[in-house]
Parts: sequence; structure tokens; C-alpha cells
Amino acid sequence: MSATGIGAAVRRKEDHRFITGTGHYTDDINRPGQAYAYFLRSPHAHAAIKSIDVKPAAQMPGVLAVLTGADLADKIGNLICGWMIHSKDGTPMKMAPRPALATGKVCHVGDPFAVVIAETLAQARDAAEKIAVDYEVLPAVADPAAAQKPGAPQIHDVAPNNTIYQWHLGDAKGVDAAFRSAEQVTKLNIVNNRLVPNALEPRAAIGDYDSGTGSFTLWNTTQNPHVARLVIAAFVGMAPEHKLRVIAPDVGGGFGSKIFIYPEEVVALWASKRVGRPVKWVADRSESFLADAHGRDHVTHAEMAFDADGKILALRAKTVANLGAYLYATLLSGQYEIPQIYCEVDAVYTNTVPVDAYRGAGRPEATFVVERLMEVGAREMAQDPAELRRKNFIKTFPHQTPVIMTYDTGDYGASLKKAMELADCKGFGKRKRESARHGKLRGIGFSSYIEACGIAPSQAVGSLGAGLGLWESAEVRVNPTGSVEILTGCHTHGQGHETTFAQLASERLGIPIDNVSIVHGDTDKVQFGMGTYGSRSGAVGMSALAKALDKIEAKAKKVAAYMLEAAEGDIEFKDGKFSVAGTDKSAAWGDVALNAYIAHKFSGQELEPGLKEGAFYDPMNFTFPAGCHICEVEVDTETGNTEIVAWTAVDDFGIVVNPMIVEGQVHGGVAQGVGQALYEGAVYDEDGQLVTGSFMDYAMPRADHLPSMTVDTTVTRCPSNPLGIKGCGEAGAIAAPAAVINAITDAIGTEELAMPATAQAVWAALQKSNRIPEAA
Amino acid sequence: MAGETAAVSMTVNGKSINANVDPRTLLVQLLRENLRLTGTHVGCDTSQCGACVVHVNRKAIKSCTVLALQLEGADVLTIEGLAAPDGPLHPMQEAFRENHGLQCGYCTPGMIMTAVDIVRRKGHDLDDRTIREELEGNICRCTGYHNIVKAIAAGGRAMRGNGSAAK
Repeated sequence: MSATGIGAAVRRKEDHRFITGTGHYTDDINRPGQAYAYFLRSPHAHAAIKSIDVKPAAQMPGVLAVLTGADLADKIGNLICGWMIHSKDGTPMKMAPRPALATGKVCHVGDPFAVVIAETLAQARDAAEKIAVDYEVLPAVADPAAAQKPGAPQIHDVAPNNTIYQWHLGDAKGVDAAFRSAEQVTKLNIVNNRLVPNALEPRAAIGDYDSGTGSFTLWNTTQNPHVARLVIAAFVGMAPEHKLRVIAPDVGGGFGSKIFIYPEEVVALWASKRVGRPVKWVADRSESFLADAHGRDHVTHAEMAFDADGKILALRAKTVANLGAYLYATLLSGQYEIPQIYCEVDAVYTNTVPVDAYRGAGRPEATFVVERLMEVGAREMAQDPAELRRKNFIKTFPHQTPVIMTYDTGDYGASLKKAMELADCKGFGKRKRESARHGKLRGIGFSSYIEACGIAPSQAVGSLGAGLGLWESAEVRVNPTGSVEILTGCHTHGQGHETTFAQLASERLGIPIDNVSIVHGDTDKVQFGMGTYGSRSGAVGMSALAKALDKIEAKAKKVAAYMLEAAEGDIEFKDGKFSVAGTDKSAAWGDVALNAYIAHKFSGQELEPGLKEGAFYDPMNFTFPAGCHICEVEVDTETGNTEIVAWTAVDDFGIVVNPMIVEGQVHGGVAQGVGQALYEGAVYDEDGQLVTGSFMDYAMPRADHLPSMTVDTTVTRCPSNPLGIKGCGEAGAIAAPAAVINAITDAIGTEELAMPATAQAVWAALQKSNRIPEAA
Repeated sequence: MAGETAAVSMTVNGKSINANVDPRTLLVQLLRENLRLTGTHVGCDTSQCGACVVHVNRKAIKSCTVLALQLEGADVLTIEGLAAPDGPLHPMQEAFRENHGLQCGYCTPGMIMTAVDIVRRKGHDLDDRTIREELEGNICRCTGYHNIVKAIAAGGRAMRGNGSAAK
């Protein structure tokens, strides 16, 4: 391993601009003549708009335009949904049109229906207050179960009972038969709480229309600029694809919430042509709560059947998803050999902010179901929870689960074993007694999670309803002086691609890492790519880069052969040097690069000049990172407050490119998972008002809420891509909620505990348990 | 905008500045829009997140929570002024890089400005708990704080070496 190659904890190349305040986030960019947009949003969860009078606003100082949905209708198309799911009866999902600005009625608090464009943001805000709207407030429903009941408020005509689809997967009859033969059935009702992603940089957009060329530029906080361009061109119909440039500059976190193509960026772009000026929009945090896609929000009844030895026979789950269902059901097998699985999902419209991908997107929900069932099952059967897991682990690979996925490799026992050693599980009893002496209840919880990353084989996701393929592209441009630009269709918004992608190129080409630049996030520079989410950039994006580097090496060897007057087959390339096998003749990387461009050593008929290669890589399978997280908590019996006193994570991410960055990803993921388990929850009241609409009401995990963590890895090389990478971005968020809740319920002795397990919730649960006297 | 503006002068990163601003202009807006010092970020609208922390008269404050006009004559230090553009980094900046105390970078300027202030108030040898408690006013969504805590402890020690605490 070289000092900057694969496996080295290289300090990040991108950090300098961030620690000196010289990064370029979208709101840091101002265009000449820029105007500002402010959106008027519904204060009601559900209302008909009977009339809008924009005249008083239009006459306010500095106002350039006041636009409503009526101004956009017929001019631009609706926003789209990236996946098309079919119900079990074969009918396509019942999707209501979503215009960029609502017309006729508004369906959630925060639904935008008008926009003011003005010289300054303050003027736009002031003017928006003068827009007179006549609402007819309609009954609203925020709870998905209530939304499906007869007589519930009907949100979209296209979806009776507000039901978008009723999907299922697996063999219902086989599962029923397995349950009939079961010795033990463990049942749980689970609420996977609604979360607000809250990347720290609020979403922002600048639309800029160039009338001279008829082309548009959009600066946008997006995780996938090319997909944004394709959608805005092909579906919204704003401009042909070749006349639209999308730039995603530095982006301050995404976590899935910056995947969707949102109304505001589309409107800013359209308005820039309308007013003939660049138009900037930046979300307030309060606006983010109402306008960014939320995450999770599933209600699930799950049952697991065991035989007398504790071997799992079957699993069934019935989920009602508040506007969201992703890869959920396909990971219900967890790390376990489960012969039969059946899962049903109803996806339901409610008068709440739309739900979309949030770190893990379906995998945290699946893991929570499986790992809670395992833990509760172990307690009900009085078995050791680690032993029950071990007994049921999948041990041979490849393993075909009953729910589509074929796991390629893994060693679940190894990560469990290592985690138990690092967490000193043997000493837990002693620590528990020590806590009891201080009036505290101590508990320990496991989460042996699995996820599907490296998304994704295009054919496979196509069959699951995806609108696009999920390959990735890379281009390697070698300059005549030997420095290298790597163009990738992935986008970095915290993941450190400018370092990790450069590590691969540095190692393969034998050149200093400082001689490699990573170019991303601009559709005029990078031809196409699918962006970054689902822990795909390493496994898929870097595989594309590896493929392009192979081509570079092959071409450079041809150039070197002419330079060294040797046969191409005799050229060896190692540590940045081309040499002729069995001789001392060699040429350095930089000389070969220069000769590729000056082209003096070969004729154009023999070899094309230049050194630039591209590749598209479509993965052959998902990757399956897995591991074991162990959480240890102390619960204060008087206040119900939970303190996480230790966290141990042992993950198998396959080959690790940069262990420092990977550990950072685990830390961040765990923090978000702990946030879900203990603090965070988007709460709607009965009228559909978001009660938790700011950082003052929605509890973001802070430094003193979280523990320092012990993070380690085990390695099974991923056989499904050339680099052996599995991906690490979501593991923490997937593993953590079950580990925390398993630990608290272990401490307090009752399984009835919903997330977020706030002090109040834990205290209430404690009142029903018998543990308090034990501690006192 | 009501149309009227008011004059304000202060020192920002060692330079005297004069500006005519709408009276409702916040310090962060003056910094970002008038002076184009965009390293100071805005992450919320309720003074919770700390992305906008700068030093005013050698104390860390949230620049989203103070009007520019309140700071007549003040001495303001932002992330851009913490180290000379072409000179060595401040030890706290270096510690954040060395300890991977940042991912997306958006909270980072506020974190670093807060961290320097913590060292100034609490000394160079900071334990884990003190750092975590002192970070109550800064939110990071990426790092889980683990490496930020490590970075601040290391940065605090390094600041003793080069006398930066006096800065």
C-alpha cells in the first residue's frame, strides 16, 4: 500500500477550502443582475384556493413579477416520481400530478402556490405578504391509517382511499403454512418515525437564462445534477437537454433529501427567462422543514416464526407507508436464513410533506423490523440474543433470499464476534450491577444489520420500477504534463470523493495524489452520471474509474512501445514507469503523457494522438455491506433519560479505500440513527400542522447527546465489482435505531417503546415495568 | 425595504469597513452580501445551528442574531481572517483537517470559530465532556461530532504551542 493509495488514511484534498471559508456553496454564488425569489406557501394542510389576488403585491417596491400556478400551467410540465410501482392486482400506482406551483388546491402545509421575484429578498418577502388568497379550508388527514379509512378526506381524485398502491412480495401461502408449524411466534407493532433530513446547508437554486443562446444554467443543491437536467429537460420541458446546464457546486450534505427535483429550482429557472434576470432562491430552515422531502414514516405489524430450537421458519410484515416505499421489502431477510417471507406494503397519501429517500431509505426500516424481532424473540424464548443470531446467520454464499436479493458474500459471525469482544460483552453483568448501585438501569442491544448498496444493476432496478438505469461513468483526461483530471458522474457532498477517487488514480498511475483533480457536479464538464446516494460512489463510480484507468494504461502502453521501440506486449507498467520486459529501457509516466500529445514517435495512421478515456460501468449485483453494532445504555429511573455509554461498530464494507473517511461515515450514520431512536420525530397535529417545524422543536442530535464510538471493520472482499468495495455511507443510520431500542428495552424490561425514546417516553414505559424496585 | 439606509463602520478581519445598510440587515448578511465574506454560513433561522459563528470583540457570537447597526466600531473576526490567506493555517483549522473533523464543510467555519473561543475560555487541555457541552450551540449533521471533539482537543493543545490563543 502506498502512502496515498487504496487503504491509506489520506487527509482530504477538499478540506482546505472548507476550513478557510473559501468553499462555493450555491448561496455563496451571486450572478450579475440577480433577482430573488420568495415562495408563498400554504398555511393549511388541505384547502381549495378560490382566488388569488396578486395585484397589491405586484405594486410593491422592487417587485419584478408575481407568478402563480396559473402562469406556469401549459408552459411547463409536472414534477415526476422516479419509480413506478405496480399493485398486487397488476394496476400501476395511482399517482396524482404534481405541478411546480399548486393550482386549485393545496395539499400540505408548505405547499408552494405563488412566487414573488424582486430586486432584493426583503422586498420579495414584503410583497408576498400582500398576496390576497381566498382559501376554502378542507378537512385534512395526517395519519396514514386514518387516511385509508372510509370517509377520510380524499386528497387526490386519482387515488381512492388515498391509497397509491398495495404491493406485496413473497409467498403468502408458504409463510402461512410455516407459521402453522411454528413453536414460537414473536409479534411486534412498529412505528418507524418520520424524520426530517436536515442537511445543514438549506436547499438553494439560481436560475439563469441566456437569451443570446437560448440556454439555461441552474446552480442547484443537488446530489444528482445530470438526473436533474434530464428531468427538467425531458419531463418538465423547460429546455432541450443540450441547452440546459446544471451545476451542483459544493453541497452541504444531502442524505437523500437533495435527490428529488423540487418545485423551487424549476420555478427559479423558469422565472429567470420570464423576468430576464438570474433568479436566486435560498430556503430558510423553517422552509426546509416544510419543503424538503421527509424520511421514514412507516407503521408495520411484523411476525416471526421460530421452531423449537430457535431456527427462524418465516417472517411476515404488513406495512402502511406514509408516501414512501423504496427497497424496503427486499432486505427483510436481514443476515438470516429465512425460508419464507411475505410482505405487504400500502402506500398512502396524507396531507403532509412528501416522503422520499433519507439515509438508508428502506434499509433502516427493514433492519429495525428484523433486529427488533430477533431481540424480542430471544427474550421470549429465553435465549441469548447473540446466540440466536449466530444460529440463524447465513453461512454460505451466494445466498438467494426469498425476497429477490442474492447476497454475494459476507461473514456475519466474524463481525458479531469482533464487536462482542470490543464491547466487552463478558463484562456487561458487572457493569450492570455497578449501574444499579447508582440507581441506573443498564442495558445492551445488538443490531446485526444488512444493506443493499452499490446501487445498482440497471436491469434489476428497471424490473423493480425505476425510471432510470443506475450505472456510473468516469472519464480520465491525462494532460501533456502528466497531471490528471478525473471526471465522475458521482457527486460529493461530504463523502470525500476528491480524495478517494484521487487515491485510486494515484495508485494505478503511480503519480502523486496532488497531480490528480476530480471534476464533478457540472453537466457541461461531465457528460452524464447518476449522482451520489445509496452508497454507490465507491462501488459503482470508482469501478467506472477503474475501467477507464484500464483503458488509459492500455493506450499509454502503446505510446510507450513506440517511444521505447519495443513490442506493445513487452511493455510493463509499474509505479509510474513503463519498461520493456527484460531490459533496462524505460519511460516515465510524464514522458509518455507528453509523447501521446506531441505525437512525434508514431503516425496518426498507427495510433490516435492524445490520452483520454471514458467508461460506463453497470454493476452485476447490489453489494451487501453488513455488520454488528452494539449499544450500551444507562437509563435514569427517575427521569427516564437515556445515556448511551458505549457504542461499538464492526462493519464489513469490503475493501476500504480510506479508513479515516469510512470511520467518519460510520460516526455520522450512527448519529443520525441515534437521533431517530432517541430524539428526532416530525410531529403533525390533527389538522395537519407540522408541530416540529424548526430546530427549536425538532431535536437534532448535538455533541452532548452522543457518545464517542469504537469503530472497526472485518473484511470480505466484494466479488461483484473490480475493486471489492461494498459501500459504507448508510450503515450507521441503518444499524443504530434497533441497537438503541434493543438496549433500552433490555434495560427497562418492556418492549412497548416507540421511537423517539425520549426521556418522557422511557419514563412512561418504566411505570409499566417491574424494573424500578430492582434498581432502587 | 423601506428605502432608508443607515451607515455603519467596523473592523472586519483587521480592515476598516463602512457600509450603508437597510436597518434590518443582520451581521451575517453584511458579511456575506456586502463584504462577500461567504465563509460564514446560515443553517437555520432560530439561532440554533451555529454555522454563522464569528468573533465580535474577541467573543464568539451568532452573526444571524445581531443587527449590523448594533456593531458600530466593533472588531469582527470571521473564518477568512483566522489565518492569512497565503500563510500557515490556524492550529484549529489544521486540527480539523488532521482529525477529519468535517465532511460537507457547511458547519465547519462556525465550528472552528466556536472551537477557538472554547479554548480561549476553557484553556488548552479540554476533556471530552467539556468540549461536548460547549458545542451545545453548534449542529453538525455529518460527523456525529466524534472527530470534531477529537479535533478541538488536538487544536486546543496545538494553540498553546504557537500563541494563537492571543489572537
